[in-house]
Amino acid sequence: MATELPVTLTPSRTTIPLRAAAPVAVVRGLTRSFGERRVLDGVDLEIGRGEFVALLGPSGSGKSTLLRVLAGLDPGAEGEVEVGGTAAVAFQEPRLVPWKRVLANVALGLRAPDPRAAALAALEEVGLGALRDAWPLTLSGGEAQRASLARALVREPGLLLLDEPFSALDALTRITIHRLVLDLWARHRPGILLVTHDVDEAMLLADRVLVLDGGAIAHESRIELPRPRHRDHPEIIALRSTLLDRLGVTPEGTA
Amino acid sequence: MPAPVVDVGVPQRAARTRSRVPLRSAAVWQRLVSPLVIVVVWQVAGTAGLLPEQLLASPVKVLTTAAGLVEEGVLPEAIAVSLQRAAIGFTLGAVAGVGLALVAGLSRIGENAVDPPLQMLRALPLFGLIPLFILWFGIGETPKVALVALGVAFPLYLNTFSGIRGVDGRLAEVARVLRLSRTETVTHIVLPGALAQTLVGLRQSLGVAWLALIVAEQINADAGLGHMINDAREFLRTDVIVVGLIVYAILGLLTDALVRLLERRALSWRQSFLSR
Ligand SMILES: Nc1ncnc2c1ncn2[C@@H]1O[C@H](COP(=O)(O)OP(=O)(O)OP(=O)(O)O)[C@@H](O)[C@H]1O
Ligand SMILES: [Mg+2]
Repeated sequence: MATELPVTLTPSRTTIPLRAAAPVAVVRGLTRSFGERRVLDGVDLEIGRGEFVALLGPSGSGKSTLLRVLAGLDPGAEGEVEVGGTAAVAFQEPRLVPWKRVLANVALGLRAPDPRAAALAALEEVGLGALRDAWPLTLSGGEAQRASLARALVREPGLLLLDEPFSALDALTRITIHRLVLDLWARHRPGILLVTHDVDEAMLLADRVLVLDGGAIAHESRIELPRPRHRDHPEIIALRSTLLDRLGVTPEGTA
Repeated sequence: MPAPVVDVGVPQRAARTRSRVPLRSAAVWQRLVSPLVIVVVWQVAGTAGLLPEQLLASPVKVLTTAAGLVEEGVLPEAIAVSLQRAAIGFTLGAVAGVGLALVAGLSRIGENAVDPPLQMLRALPLFGLIPLFILWFGIGETPKVALVALGVAFPLYLNTFSGIRGVDGRLAEVARVLRLSRTETVTHIVLPGALAQTLVGLRQSLGVAWLALIVAEQINADAGLGHMINDAREFLRTDVIVVGLIVYAILGLLTDALVRLLERRALSWRQSFLSR
């Protein structure tokens, strides 16, 4: 193409389709530098089909950078990245298109036989059917985030990338939306990579908790407990102090 | 049974607007007082002979003259001629301005080709071009239309271009994540995102359009509002001049109101947010 739209970037990440039994995402030896700073330095990561992975790490450790590479938004990374099926993203800010009503936002770019019907079904699923004709700017934070989830899920992604989508929500809304996410995950079974700062959120939701530090995956814990999980389960308590310790925070009262 | 929360909000909101209405209309009446006083003083000064008609005709005289001009068909014809010039010039200028902004806004190559010459031309004073236009186009319709078109093109170009470039980069990422095609990205994200700024440019350009028309019609015209005013000057008919000025003003206000209406329609997604 002779002319290139400045506001869009052509994805230069090579996406190699994976076989059905294979993991939904494979990252090997991923590095990403900004100028002199090497933010990601040899990240290895696999996300299984339908697996729920949470990614913790200190601020600035490169979590969002890693997620953006997986989403195909970062052409500057080096290393091997394979994503099977489609990836969908829900960002920290819901990023709804403000001049499209909620339903049109969910249906945007949807290649389905009946995009509006599919979008409406997705909205009903996140409990927003009644707000389908609302303008995004009139939604509450939790409603907007649910619309954003619907927009990601309606694409039936093999990999759902969530970059701290709940961090701006109040504690009560967060609990409801955690349930919703587990619900949707159980029903659609996408592989999920959830970036979060909240150790408890990670432990309550994920099959596997990773810590990104020093440019690589520095820690990995597998959690086999059935859901819904409780914060005061002995295994969770033990894991909490391990993770907080790993994140450089000395947990109060447990030391 | 306690009323659902949603239902409580509606009467409250209605009550709030109801209490605001009398306040607002009171303010409107207050604001009408001083203009009325001015018109009355103007009329009294005219009737008392303090303000000679060669300097400024009285309001009543202006009104009767206006009625007469309408009856004779002079005014409607003048308005039709001027409106046609404005419309042709505006359309040409708008197509050029928005078209060039799309070319420059949607591709780097287009920007590098289109933006530098336009920035150069922008520095030229619009009305300073009149002598050249007369040399190039003579004194017929063309120089008038060209002046309006040029005046309209620049505000629309500049605003549409900056509107396109100002589209939120985070929404551009959304477009990529949702795998929108280039055309879809432009129609769903870029152009609607630039619309608010384009409408600002539209209002500016309409202001310039009327100004350019008035100036162009002063210079030489054998028809139209400017011609009517120029003729009146030779016969010291200040009443006709004032009628012409008022018509120009009304036309300007009407087109501005039209754009506001358009804005309210096109930007209702923002309106609903502001009025909350
Ligand atoms: N486009 C960019 N240009 C330059 N530096 C960048 C860019 N994007 C990220 N960085 C840098 O890379 C580092 C990692 O950023 P990233 O956003 O991935 O951190 P994070 O782990 O998501 O942090 P947080 O938890 O605060 O969101 C930061 O130091 C940041 O300044
Ligand atoms: Mg981040």
